[in-house]
Amino acid sequence: MGTLPETVQFPAKESTRVEYGKALAQLGEEYPGIVVLDADLSGSTQTNRFAKAFRDRFFNVGIAEQDMMGTAAGLALGGKIPFASTFAIFATGRAWEQIRQTIAYGNLNVKIVASHGGITVGEDGGSHQSVEDFALMRVLPNMAVLVPADGPETRAMVRWAAAYEGPVYIRTSRIPFPVIHAEDFTFELGQSHILREGGDVTLAGIGLMVHQCLAAADLLAKQGIAARVLNLSSLKPLDWQLVVDSARRTGCLVTAEEHLATGGLGSAVSEVLSEFYPVPLRRVGLKDTFGMSGKAEELLKHFGLTAEDIARAATAVRARKGRP
Amino acid sequence: MHPISDPNQLQEIAREIRLDIVEMLYRAGSGHVGGSLSATDVLVALFFSHMHLMPGNACYPDRDYFVLSKGHAAPVLYAILARLGYFPREELMTLRQFGSNLQGHPDSKCTPGVEVPTGSLGQGLSVANGLALALKLDKKAQRVYALLGDGEIQEGQIWEAAMTAAHYGLDNLTAILDRNRLQIDGRTREVMSVEPLAAKWQAFGWHTVEVDGHAIPEVLAALKACGEVKGRPGMIIAHTTKGKGVSIFEDQVKFHGVTPTTEEYQQAVKELQSMSR
Repeated sequence: MGTLPETVQFPAKESTRVEYGKALAQLGEEYPGIVVLDADLSGSTQTNRFAKAFRDRFFNVGIAEQDMMGTAAGLALGGKIPFASTFAIFATGRAWEQIRQTIAYGNLNVKIVASHGGITVGEDGGSHQSVEDFALMRVLPNMAVLVPADGPETRAMVRWAAAYEGPVYIRTSRIPFPVIHAEDFTFELGQSHILREGGDVTLAGIGLMVHQCLAAADLLAKQGIAARVLNLSSLKPLDWQLVVDSARRTGCLVTAEEHLATGGLGSAVSEVLSEFYPVPLRRVGLKDTFGMSGKAEELLKHFGLTAEDIARAATAVRARKGRP
Repeated sequence: MHPISDPNQLQEIAREIRLDIVEMLYRAGSGHVGGSLSATDVLVALFFSHMHLMPGNACYPDRDYFVLSKGHAAPVLYAILARLGYFPREELMTLRQFGSNLQGHPDSKCTPGVEVPTGSLGQGLSVANGLALALKLDKKAQRVYALLGDGEIQEGQIWEAAMTAAHYGLDNLTAILDRNRLQIDGRTREVMSVEPLAAKWQAFGWHTVEVDGHAIPEVLAALKACGEVKGRPGMIIAHTTKGKGVSIFEDQVKFHGVTPTTEEYQQAVKELQSMSR
């Protein structure tokens, strides 16, 4: 990993949905089999970039997410590599059973890349903020569930998904956030990475909470606490060996996700810990509540999803280390 | 020999398929009799006379595709696929059993010739659209067929798919609606009215024809006509009788999802056998 700076600096910001749109338009050249579907949100999901370049391989189905998932399944059966995009809440909520019955049960080669995950959707409010999609997708057999932590990881994940045979769910975000990976980052299913080494506590993040974990590690370092930071972008399959290794080495963990604290990363990690290596855990996430309107930063603060919240959780969980 | 053009021969196949359906379901002890028997003539006409297939090879690359959107009619599809030589006929008697390739509802992972997993209603037409789009992109001449139930079209997704098929001008798609007028809870007109059917599909931009779904020559003529329409998907509303072919099952709500008792089974077999030429 090399020596990590004492103070985390994030020189550049990128939006994972924009990077998805760009990557898809690029891959369109390489993969003539890629077709793209959208449900009247192609400007927001950024699939319009592909639509512009490959007009006859883009299908807008109108405001009909259930039909979109079925059509994508049919295109996969016809030998195509369909990418279907809409907002995360409509993709996973409105069309959950369509995804289950045809795509997951049929184990079909459909890539669902949903934008506007989590509360950082902001002003649109709770109706449009998906805080349940990790849970909804994670319970489906055959489904891979991935959440990139920045632009380079998004590009790597989309490239990986195009080559992989099987159903995949990828969540992207509305707002730009810091770039933490190198440009040449590559993605492998079920393989997660240690972004920062430390022996006192593990901070395991996903999506835009990963850079918050790095910032939290920085805050903790100032208090003399060395935190290991993980990017668990492969939510399913989860890199359980890395989770167990971290539990063994640091003795306690904090998970951080822009999602309900139940059903998502916190749950996945606690499943692994309770079965294989029980240690104290704190889950940073929304507590049995829906989102609301506001600026992304205001909402992250309101719902306790900041670097300070993660650092506080880390201090609290460390205090429980080794206690019965 | 495939395809078969003699209507009498097709009718005889339909009779034998009905015998298979009744036996499979009697042995399975659960499953859907009525909606399998109502769709038998339509599907026999489609599979044995109209669709481009290669008996004995479910993976023949140039085949036409079929989507059983009303997945609970799996028994009729399985009986047809076995007769096409995609798997041994003896397997039919394992329907719904633990470890069987013949799941209660169609599962494309298990059964040769089943293209799409169905069972949850309202979803097959969207998948058929996707297949039709893929074929068009590849400029292939193959066609896609889908069988819908008349209760099934109460699902909203059907009408999303109806719009999509017309919007994209999917003239390589023909859907057939098994209008048997019954659903689990009763008559469709009592549970949830679906009429006017033809006017609905026409309004959605489909070339729509109505046929007697037990008159094989009529069904074949409609399939041929739909194949010749350009720029629009085809809908064949097949007027049928639920439980067709066995007097005690015909037009009986009860036989949507209830299998026959031993006496009923024996009577059904006797009736179907006596229909032999």
